[in-house]
Amino acid sequence: MTKLNTFEQAVATYEPVLGLETHIELDTATKMFCGCSTAFGAEPNTQVCPVCLALPGALPVANRAAVEATIKIGLALNCTIASWTRFARKNYFYPDMPKNFQTSQYEEPLCENGYVEVVVEGEVHRVEIERVHLEEDTGKTLHVGGTTGRIHGATESLVDYNRAGIPLVEIVTKPVPGTGALAPEVARAYTAELRDIVRSLGVSDVRMEQGSLRCDVNLSLNRPGEEWGTRTETKNVNSLRSVERAVRYEVRRQSALLDAGERIFQETRHFHEATGETSPGRSKEEATDYRYFPEPDLAVMEPSREWVEELRASLPELPRKRRERLQAAWSLGDKEMQSVVNADAVDLIEATVAAGSSPAGAVKWWLGELSRRANESGEELTALAITPAQVAELQGMVDDGRLNDKLARQVIDGVLAGEGSPAEVAAARGLEVVSDTGALEAAVEEAIAANPAVADKIRGGTHAAAGVLIGAVMKATKGQADAATVRQIILDKLS
Amino acid sequence: MSRIIDKTAAELAADIREGRLTSVEVTTAFLDRIAAVDGTVKAFLHVDRDGALATAAEVDAAVAAGEELGPLAGVPVAIKDVVVTKGLPTTAASKILEGWIPPYDATIVERIKAAKLPILGKTNMDEFAMGSSTEYSAYFKTLNPWDTGRIPGGSGGGSAAAVAAKMAPLAIGTDTGGSIRQPGAVTGTFGAKPTYGGNSRYGLIAFSSSLDTPGPVSRNALDGALLHEVISGHDPRDSTSIDAPVPPVVEAARLGATGDLSGVKLGVVKEFKEGADAAEPGVIAAYEAGIEQLVELGAEIVEVSCPSFTYALPTYYLIAPSEASSNLARYDGVRYGLRAGDDGKKSLEEVMSLTREAGFGPEVKRRIILGTYALSAGYVDAFYGKAQKVRTLIKQDFERAFEQVDALISPTTPFIAFEFGARTGDPYQMYLADLYTIPTNMYGGPGVSVPVGLSEGMPVGLQVMGPVLGDDITYRVAAALESTQDVLLADTAPEIEGI
Ligand SMILES: [Zn+2]
Repeated sequence: MTKLNTFEQAVATYEPVLGLETHIELDTATKMFCGCSTAFGAEPNTQVCPVCLALPGALPVANRAAVEATIKIGLALNCTIASWTRFARKNYFYPDMPKNFQTSQYEEPLCENGYVEVVVEGEVHRVEIERVHLEEDTGKTLHVGGTTGRIHGATESLVDYNRAGIPLVEIVTKPVPGTGALAPEVARAYTAELRDIVRSLGVSDVRMEQGSLRCDVNLSLNRPGEEWGTRTETKNVNSLRSVERAVRYEVRRQSALLDAGERIFQETRHFHEATGETSPGRSKEEATDYRYFPEPDLAVMEPSREWVEELRASLPELPRKRRERLQAAWSLGDKEMQSVVNADAVDLIEATVAAGSSPAGAVKWWLGELSRRANESGEELTALAITPAQVAELQGMVDDGRLNDKLARQVIDGVLAGEGSPAEVAAARGLEVVSDTGALEAAVEEAIAANPAVADKIRGGTHAAAGVLIGAVMKATKGQADAATVRQIILDKLS
Repeated sequence: MSRIIDKTAAELAADIREGRLTSVEVTTAFLDRIAAVDGTVKAFLHVDRDGALATAAEVDAAVAAGEELGPLAGVPVAIKDVVVTKGLPTTAASKILEGWIPPYDATIVERIKAAKLPILGKTNMDEFAMGSSTEYSAYFKTLNPWDTGRIPGGSGGGSAAAVAAKMAPLAIGTDTGGSIRQPGAVTGTFGAKPTYGGNSRYGLIAFSSSLDTPGPVSRNALDGALLHEVISGHDPRDSTSIDAPVPPVVEAARLGATGDLSGVKLGVVKEFKEGADAAEPGVIAAYEAGIEQLVELGAEIVEVSCPSFTYALPTYYLIAPSEASSNLARYDGVRYGLRAGDDGKKSLEEVMSLTREAGFGPEVKRRIILGTYALSAGYVDAFYGKAQKVRTLIKQDFERAFEQVDALISPTTPFIAFEFGARTGDPYQMYLADLYTIPTNMYGGPGVSVPVGLSEGMPVGLQVMGPVLGDDITYRVAAALESTQDVLLADTAPEIEGI
């Protein structure tokens, strides 16, 4: 196999064109075309009925709540809402699809022609939305035996139809050119923005780890000034970080192939979480002809203008507005706020502030130490084993002078290791700022004695030199002294 | 007539309600008749003696208790095997569903049960309702009680033959291109395809979703109307069901039976009389005699042109197979029914493929292939798309016609019941059986077939086609025509020899 280029090499030669197809499971109480529950995690095949099992004779009835949710998503994405729209059958055989066709939409989607704006490194990128349509989810197949866990080579396949028929909204972007080296970040930012918009609408819990938001990432490369290249479609990229990595990997892989004079095949590819790589799935050339046609079992939908306007008026505060409000409330600069957004920390910081922390403290922990930990472990920030309430508690201890930053970091170690709340960790590990001034004064006297030259400088008015003495005291107290208190004692003694 | 089985459903219902007969007596009489002659006719795929008698006993208890009962309570009914019945085998006469016991009832079956009609069993048909002779049943052929060397029509040959042979006073059929009306015509029975959406399709094993319509089969229009009203009405589980009042078909049948059609204007479709589309001479003779009788009853007859009807047959053979190719995709051996070749070595895909190979008969395969082709990339616009456009033209022809007339009339089918094997060699010859019935399905309006006379000793049917939700006029005209018959044609079938 061709050796991969570095990302920097790749984007120096080629311009990426992105495309994103996102599937979001709606959290309606019942499925798209029947009355079955959509609750996650039930025993396999307990949330099924003649309709979603495709028993002979059963017929679908469209879920009005799902149509309403889709229109809301369309409106929040600045789309036009169709006045005449219908479902279509997408025909292909697969055991997790009970009817062997998926009821979806084809030429007449519910919503069309919208856009989302995302900010990456201070630049606004407008991602055009081609369509938002409503369809149904498939069941889940578990292929037992074989080496790949896929249908080929399996000795047995087990199907759970609980998920079959859950309403699914598909959001398809138009091709997004012009992102250059920022393509991975733009893809991530778009997905995050979409997720936040949908979450703000209250129509889905958009839990990527539960598969309620799933992304397909399309990518092609072309040399500047040339036509767009052949695109690949990387399926089921299921975290924000993976979206970024999948784009990065495809840019590197495709550029190496193009450099070597090879051609890119239009194909679907699988993303591997463990390695961050993609591998070929079935190629489009041998792909199914879906034989779309209008679904004759369902009536045409004609959302009235009044209804659409009613829904538009009912839209809640959208993420962009909310971010502007929070930025002001937290007194953050544009750049700082952008870092918060990029770190996916808006909700976390808001919750931390709500739990009693100062905004500055909350921002400091989540963007600093906790982001670093998340990066180290390759996790999403939201997946870290520390809650906003615990961060607020930690910051409270710092504010009270019971912890300094260094000790606080050790407390975080304990919380992340599952040792309990910050207070419990501090107590168990004996982490507490030494506030016994008698002990501190002795340590300061020792430090002054050991550093006479520094002491003279301070006496001469160079207060900045106190750092050396503070360091010595901290070392002597194993970091458990409060730096501000130590500094005050030093200055008192030397002036 | 003295035998229970010779009585009409309306008479039986009155006898039961008024205590002259019990439902158990009535139901037993038909079950005994089935036992006596169905070995010859072979109309039933499954008989549910215990279930039918249990319902009958409930009715009798209710009569004894003085309870208010529906108009057909206690009168037994046979149900075409394409309609899903909870706990009763339902196969659509296909091997691919052999042994399947549905866990739910079709809406129309729920309504039949609520109205307390004992269900005698499930009737034979062409596999998945694809055919015009019931020869494509995967199980056995059904014989025409008028001549056991001939077909009983299709796809609902079992329901029609059961009624014609007096094994059931009433039956349920389904009509996608003529499957209620054409068997009615060739067995001398009454059959109605109601307005599409007037009767729920929930629980009807789908052949062509935009065309399938369940309806009644009976010996006369009034009985059909009574059953029609039992099963009709809006069903929230069927999105294509019409939310409108049920047309007053019983009232219309009673009005028609008075023999007065004055003020009724009937249109004769010009195109059906011409060239290759013309019926055989014996059928035309019986039909024209029928027209004369309608005139005598006071009806005005005018000629109406419906130029697009000429294209109805080819249009139908694009739309119906297209929808069928998708509707029948679910029979894959994964969840129910037949599973072939699952020896632990073959892949899932191979098992699905082998199941469909083994489970579907030749006519079903032919239509799946036809439909798959008509929908495939590069052809869909020329075939499926074009067919939809022609369908619109056919609808417009009907709408224009109903600006001039109250109903259209035609022979139901171009030829009398043919002999077994006569048309299986050439699918097109078989498809011609539905030449006159298909336009109504494409339009979505109601159509009934009523016996009008004989040709070569075999029954001929006259079709009455009405506007959407104008089912009542079709019943009225049919009942009026029946009023001219001294003995109901359905009652003149030769006696069947039991085996
Ligand atoms: Zn369900």
